[in-house]
Amino acid sequence: MIALHRLTEPKVAKGVLGSVLYHGGVCLLGYLMLYPLLWVFVSSFKPADQIFTDAISLVPRSVTLENYVQGWAGFGGIPFSTFFVNSLIYAGGGTVLTVAASALTAYGFARLRFAGQRVWFMLMIMTLMLPVQVQVIPEYILFAKLGWLNTFWPLLLPRVGGQAFFIFMIMQFIRGIPRELDDAAAIDGCSEFGIFWRIILPLVTPALVTAAIFSFYFTWNDFLHPLIYLNDPRLYTVSVALRTFADPSTVTNWGAIFAMSTLALIPVFVVFIFFQRYLIEGISTSGLKG
Amino acid sequence: MSSIAPEGASRTIALPAGARPGATNAARRRAWQRNLTGYLFITPWLFGFFAFTAIPMLGSAALAFTDYNVLSQNIRWVGLENFQRMLFNDPRYWRSVQATFSFALVAVPLKLCFALALAMLFNNSRKLVYGYRAAYYAPSIVGASVAVAVVWRELFGRNSPINAFLAQFGIPGQAWLGNPDTALWTVILLSVWEFGSPMLIFLAGLKQIPGHLYEAAAIDGAGAWKRFIRITIPLLTPLIFFNLVLQMIFGFTVFTSAFIISGGAGAPLDSLLLYSLYLYQKGFKDFQMGYAAAMAWVLLAVIACFTALIFRSSSHWVYYESGSEDDR
Repeated sequence: MIALHRLTEPKVAKGVLGSVLYHGGVCLLGYLMLYPLLWVFVSSFKPADQIFTDAISLVPRSVTLENYVQGWAGFGGIPFSTFFVNSLIYAGGGTVLTVAASALTAYGFARLRFAGQRVWFMLMIMTLMLPVQVQVIPEYILFAKLGWLNTFWPLLLPRVGGQAFFIFMIMQFIRGIPRELDDAAAIDGCSEFGIFWRIILPLVTPALVTAAIFSFYFTWNDFLHPLIYLNDPRLYTVSVALRTFADPSTVTNWGAIFAMSTLALIPVFVVFIFFQRYLIEGISTSGLKG
Repeated sequence: MSSIAPEGASRTIALPAGARPGATNAARRRAWQRNLTGYLFITPWLFGFFAFTAIPMLGSAALAFTDYNVLSQNIRWVGLENFQRMLFNDPRYWRSVQATFSFALVAVPLKLCFALALAMLFNNSRKLVYGYRAAYYAPSIVGASVAVAVVWRELFGRNSPINAFLAQFGIPGQAWLGNPDTALWTVILLSVWEFGSPMLIFLAGLKQIPGHLYEAAAIDGAGAWKRFIRITIPLLTPLIFFNLVLQMIFGFTVFTSAFIISGGAGAPLDSLLLYSLYLYQKGFKDFQMGYAAAMAWVLLAVIACFTALIFRSSSHWVYYESGSEDDR
């Protein structure tokens, strides 16, 4: 009764109509946006002969796991699990190194004063704009000379330097922490590293988590570096393996490719679903202060 | 961004240390210790910077003037030959430049417009809006992956859902990826699809705009469009600027999607031969690293020019509220 009464009021009626239009429109557009992802997900469960024959349909006529079985068997006698392990080593190790180095550096730039600081800081900011293409050729020559092609060193070692984007983001968080906390700890006899470790780090956890998520995405999705440095299929990361697996000139089994593509996207989505709040806040903060 | 000499920096160090002119040894030692601590904290970054940025860049600057080839291990100083070849004797190079500009100049503005439109759409406190934001952001986290590029290729293939969808309206299917006129558009679409990050940045900016500005404008009789043009856009210009610079750099360096969708070759007819793809082919397929290094430096120069251009122009169109630009 009350609802009915409200509906008769013109203003509220307009609100309800607006609401319906809003949610309807946003959902329709969202469906279009997410369609490619839904499509690959659904296709990965379709029997091979149905993937392209009823291509649009997001409701499979029959569901099969055969694509996953065949895809997981990999190629060249190497199961797909190998590629996932390689990707986890790269993305996991790379992320830990990047975040640790970025946090240390961010603290140095945000809280300490030392000779030459501004110059280094400006150089750091300038590296934000460097295209990876400029570094990759001499880096490749360097690692080739060291005999490190077909190892994970060329992928992991450069992460030791952190990444300017994360350093900057963590700095923004550190600047928001009152200096009185540092001073109090210093008076109590805390060393500089102690202040960093016991006071600052726990307070910038959101920034660290954000940096870790981004770093994980970038590394998990990274294609160029594994493509250049890893020629041995047993060392392939998921991205390079997928590329070989989905080579259009040889491919026949699209179901298996869609199954493995779906699996390749899952770690990223799992991280996203659990940490999206951090992520969305991280982008907003670092973006705003930029 | 003025040039700051190290002496200036060290002077600012000495002062907060409480050292008066004619300082004691103790004060000097304290300053020294301060410097040491500072450098210890940034050591990882310094190592990375020198080992993997500064020195490699100098290396590639030197390589650009040689004909270094990994396979033959030959190295010969060739002066400006690489650059001459690029400019006058390499039609593929120019096709890659053209493809890259067509890509960046279409994809970046489209992406930013989309990002802003959706940020406006989500700048409210309706139910579910938080979930919508996350859903619209989702493509951005996977868009750069090989998996999505593979999917994209199949979405636009011959028997693809796109063609099947068009067929329902009687529109004949197309080989989107086989046609040089449409192939680049698929890559542009993929890039625009990843509008999530600029959208979130715009959204954060929109939330900062005080509501009373809109109320005052509405009372003065300004319509929605006028409020958008006169209030929203000016107050967002710092973020438009930020997004423009970032996205332009991404735009000039897109690699994975063009590589996968064109099968690594830039086909059809080099329409997908984006700059970084051609650079990869030269450096890591033909192993002409000298030439590839020269290409990389040209890319850097172009990006630097565009960034400088945007920065220089910013005083004309970026609006900063007074006192909000206190960086350090």
